[in-house]
Amino acid sequence: MGVALSRAAQWTTASSGAGKLEVTPLNESLLKEILRFVEQFSSKYPQEASLLFKEPLQWETSLQPSDFKNEYDVSGVVVKSQETGSDGQPLLQLSSSAISVYSFSQLSKIVQLAKNKKLKEVRACLEANKDPTAKILGPSFATVEGEDMSVLRLLEKVTEDNVSKETEVKMKLLLLLQQLDTLLLSNSLKQIAQEVRLNPATVKNDVELLKRFCGEGEKRVLKSVEYTSDYLFSNGCRTPPWRQVHGEICYLIIETCDTDPLHITCSTAGVFLNGGIKQEGDDKDYERKGDVYKDLVTLLKNKSPHFTENIDKQDFAVNEEPLLTQKMEHVESVDAEEQGQTQRSYELQEKNVLEKARQQRVQNKPGGSKKSEPSLKWKNLGLASPYEDAGGKKSTKHGVNDTFVETQDRPVRSESKKRANFSLSSLPGRLSSQKMKSAGGTGTEDFSESSSESEEDEEQPERRPETNTDLPSEYWQIQKLVKYLKGGNQPATVIALCSMRDFNLAQETCQLAIRDVGGLEVLINLLDTEEVKCKIGSLKILKEISRNSQIRRAIADLGGLQTMVKILDSQDKELKCLAAETIANVAKFRRGRRTVRQYGGIKRLVELLDCVPDSAALTEEEQERDVEVARCGALALWSCSKSTRNKEAIRRAGGIPLLARLLKSPHENMLIPVVGTLQECASEGSYRIAIQTEGMIEDLVKNLSCDNQELQMHCASAIFKCAEDKTTRDLVRLFGGLKPLVNLLKETENKQLLAATTGAIWKCSISMENVVKFQEYKALETLVALLTHQPEEVLVNVVGALGECAQKPANRAVIRKWGGVEPLVELLTGTNRALLVNVTRAVGACATEPENMAIIDQLDGVRLLWSLLKNPNPDVQASAAWAICPCIENAKDAGEMVRSFVGGLELIVNLLRSVDGEVLASVCAAIAKIAKDEENLAVITDHGVVPMLAKLTDTTDDRLRRHLAEAVARCCLWGSNKVSFGEAGAVAPLVRYLKSMDASVHRATAQALFQLSKDPNNCITMHEHGVVKLLLAMMGSTDEVLQEAAAGCVANIRRLALANEKARYG
Amino acid sequence: MSEMSAMNRKIIQNLAETFSRQIKHFNRTEMECLIRLFNGLLGDQSDRRAANGLDRGKFRNILHKTFGMTDDMIMDRVFHAFDKDNDGYVSVKEWTEGLSVFLRGTLDEKIRYCFDVYDLNGDGHISREEMFHMLKNSLIRQPTEEDPDEGIKDLVEIALKKMDHDHDGRLSYTDFEKAVREEDLLLEAFGTCLPDAKSILAFEQQAFQDPLEN
Repeated sequence: MGVALSRAAQWTTASSGAGKLEVTPLNESLLKEILRFVEQFSSKYPQEASLLFKEPLQWETSLQPSDFKNEYDVSGVVVKSQETGSDGQPLLQLSSSAISVYSFSQLSKIVQLAKNKKLKEVRACLEANKDPTAKILGPSFATVEGEDMSVLRLLEKVTEDNVSKETEVKMKLLLLLQQLDTLLLSNSLKQIAQEVRLNPATVKNDVELLKRFCGEGEKRVLKSVEYTSDYLFSNGCRTPPWRQVHGEICYLIIETCDTDPLHITCSTAGVFLNGGIKQEGDDKDYERKGDVYKDLVTLLKNKSPHFTENIDKQDFAVNEEPLLTQKMEHVESVDAEEQGQTQRSYELQEKNVLEKARQQRVQNKPGGSKKSEPSLKWKNLGLASPYEDAGGKKSTKHGVNDTFVETQDRPVRSESKKRANFSLSSLPGRLSSQKMKSAGGTGTEDFSESSSESEEDEEQPERRPETNTDLPSEYWQIQKLVKYLKGGNQPATVIALCSMRDFNLAQETCQLAIRDVGGLEVLINLLDTEEVKCKIGSLKILKEISRNSQIRRAIADLGGLQTMVKILDSQDKELKCLAAETIANVAKFRRGRRTVRQYGGIKRLVELLDCVPDSAALTEEEQERDVEVARCGALALWSCSKSTRNKEAIRRAGGIPLLARLLKSPHENMLIPVVGTLQECASEGSYRIAIQTEGMIEDLVKNLSCDNQELQMHCASAIFKCAEDKTTRDLVRLFGGLKPLVNLLKETENKQLLAATTGAIWKCSISMENVVKFQEYKALETLVALLTHQPEEVLVNVVGALGECAQKPANRAVIRKWGGVEPLVELLTGTNRALLVNVTRAVGACATEPENMAIIDQLDGVRLLWSLLKNPNPDVQASAAWAICPCIENAKDAGEMVRSFVGGLELIVNLLRSVDGEVLASVCAAIAKIAKDEENLAVITDHGVVPMLAKLTDTTDDRLRRHLAEAVARCCLWGSNKVSFGEAGAVAPLVRYLKSMDASVHRATAQALFQLSKDPNNCITMHEHGVVKLLLAMMGSTDEVLQEAAAGCVANIRRLALANEKARYG
Repeated sequence: MSEMSAMNRKIIQNLAETFSRQIKHFNRTEMECLIRLFNGLLGDQSDRRAANGLDRGKFRNILHKTFGMTDDMIMDRVFHAFDKDNDGYVSVKEWTEGLSVFLRGTLDEKIRYCFDVYDLNGDGHISREEMFHMLKNSLIRQPTEEDPDEGIKDLVEIALKKMDHDHDGRLSYTDFEKAVREEDLLLEAFGTCLPDAKSILAFEQQAFQDPLEN
């Protein structure tokens, strides 16, 4: 316990003389620990407890003789214990206030007697006996700075004497004391770790941080933060030298928004309010005028409620910014480091004990701030990373990254609260903690272990043995090879490269091992050399390992893509191929693809495509090599073509005609990347047109019949994307592509292929000519069979295709006959948006056939459709509403059915509030159908359908206009709805509909106007808006319905006019 | 003098005619150019007595200056490979024969050539010791290493592991050939003994330009 007492405990004056133990939380916890030890000692270790001390422990006690009860002889101010040593000496003696004790048993008793004065006694005892071990066991066991030899000394004794009972007991006692010592040290460490010492750098940092919060306006947190002195000493302090000796760093005047200006002293012990130092004040100004706080933020939080309230809103920024700078910079600059330090100090409170201890040590180390920089580790993808990885994977051990991320989203508030608890930290505390660090060894095993972890950046070689236990043997072999790569000439490099290729590079262990031992840097560096062989060897490895996404990123981070793009200009074709293939792998993520484009890679890759097949000028071998180059170029472009801007870049570099030429290649391995690129690019309209005009559809169709499923898939997928266009759909048919597509439906095992095929069929079936063909090929039967047990991406397309085919009445019957209606209705319960849109469309199409409707009705399909109106996606809502229309039309007892949906009518009426045009049109159409049933019309009128429809009348969308007019026409049939429409101002806009170009709008509008004209006021409005002339034109239409409605409307208007005249003129 | 050169031309043409029938990869004109070049090099040679061919020093000089080779030992071995009759001189025939492989050799020819270069004692095997000898300068010595040769030894073992298919601790021609066919990078595993594409191109351009310009 000597070590703990001399080092950890905080003495008032430097550790010599009759020091007093300060009242600090640290000391208190130390004392409590010692007390617990003493209390339990005699019961736990009776034998050791009775051992006589070499010298008594003597101190001034506060105990009174009266406190001593039985077992003690009390005579006046003198108390003697009845228990005596072997020489008759009483083990406890008290005269006046001086007490001397000879054994632990007596110590234990005193502690018991002292009751609530326990701590005071222990403290007095320790203050008087600074090295109790020496007194208890003799001066040879005194605590000496440096190594603790006491155990050895005792051991000597044990061997000298024949092992006597006494020495054995003594030995045990010593060990117990040392155990206590260790315990105390580790406990005090916990305490110390919670303290954060301020230094000029952290203060400067804090001040800068706070300055950022100053400013004008409501949102500011502080008015101003100013130093009292602009002069900065070289040590970072701004205080006069005679104050610096007190540990004062600088003085600040902070104007808050809600208090008087605060005069603040920042010292190493913490920050506190002073007497108002301006420039150089009286001595009394320097005095402390309040509590010591951990740091400026804590002080301000205590002083200014406004600050407290607002700083929390800033917290994220406070924490975030230093982080960013760390990430960006390479952390050479002092500033970034310091920010990092404060960052770490914020963390401290949150960490587990070991971590605290370790970081504290790191922090206290003079000039050692650098090594705890996380960003260093982030940057060092080289040798540092294995440890990072090891830590990262286990995610707890010592991942600096982990802590880092944690702090990012943790508000400062919680920790500052905690920190306030430790505001008493003072100078001695710091000294002792520093000392403790320098001691490193005796009794500090528990944290010395963890400290080595914190210094991993510096002491990597030492750490290696610790981590290598779970590293595979490949790791070490690869590390060795990388060493040869680094320091070898061409032959050595070639041998090492070839040997490295013998590892299973497809295995992640090897891939990561190469990265972790810094192999990637070396391999990429080799690409920059002139040695073709080294480049080839390196690329052969990079090509393999870049299949791993982590490696890809690392290669991109190390600038590998730029170098590889440059290699594409090389004369050596093998080299070009390898570079392109590696680019193909690396460019599988967005940033990689962008890098390729930005460094001119797309253009070069497109140039690789330019090989002349069957050129007579070249030998067969040379041609083969050219084709291989083109193939690799296509592979790389395929990867790159996943970015929209790259697609554009490929097009601009003239890639499309080259791809078109390669598409004629007979080699599958060439066709796959080419078609892959094309189908990827076909998402762009420009490519779809090009594919169509460059005659690529023919080749795509041709390759549908090849025997490579991957190629078939890409072809089908390209057709899928291109067949949005009608000409393309026709071309597919003309080139005989529909039959192979239908044939491909048999490949039910390959889901990707099936998805692409069904997609192509879906899009092709948008043209009715194609549907006829599909009927001919009996595609529907197969499609219906695919409605069950398929993944969603297949289902979407299958259902889409069925939906299109079902537009033909004959096909609806086929679907029913093959049992397709049931699974379709079942799919209405799904969640996939695209699938729901297609399913509702298909069900709607089927529902136009009464026989199908019967099945749908039986399966409660309408209810399912209706519930889809609640789907948040407008596409689904609209599609469901469209599907509902034929259902209502064809269902038996439709009115009754609709009414049976609780809240259904209200739901659909409310959809009129949607902002989506398609939803509105579909819902209007549905309402027009619903309103055919009078009872339902009454209900929806109650739900306010009239004003909602009226509100929509301003639209210019013809599709909506038509269905809206239909709905209005229907709704007019109930009660005073026609009057309400007039009052809601729906009439005038409707009149304008007659000027629309769309004939179907005219028909619906004329019907609506006819209904509305049954109300005289509406007639007046219509007439005012010049309806008559428009209607007269409509009456000449060939559409009888339109004729009749228009005529009816005009008749009503005329009748009103006549009645009016009659009334006026009698 | 002109008579002399006319005669020379005749001789050279005849020689080229003969060689181009015996030696692959060069046509007659090219052969003629090479012979001329050889004569030119020979003419420079101070030692007129050695008219029967290029001596070691001269040849090494060419390897170094024209083909950028640096390794002394390898250059000696290349000289050996050219000097088929082992008389210490590269004759005009040896010169053209050597260059045909050196510049335009097929993979097979190059494998044979490289094997001959690496088989230091000519016993038909590349032994551990020979490999060690050839690779001994291939690694940067780390001053910290206890045994500076450890890396080289290790490299030799790696090479053996990779190439010694019959596991007899040395590379036979069959071993070497098989290894190179599997991985053509290994062709020059023990030292650069073939010119790179760039210097080949440069050399040929220079050597095969129109003889009239010379």
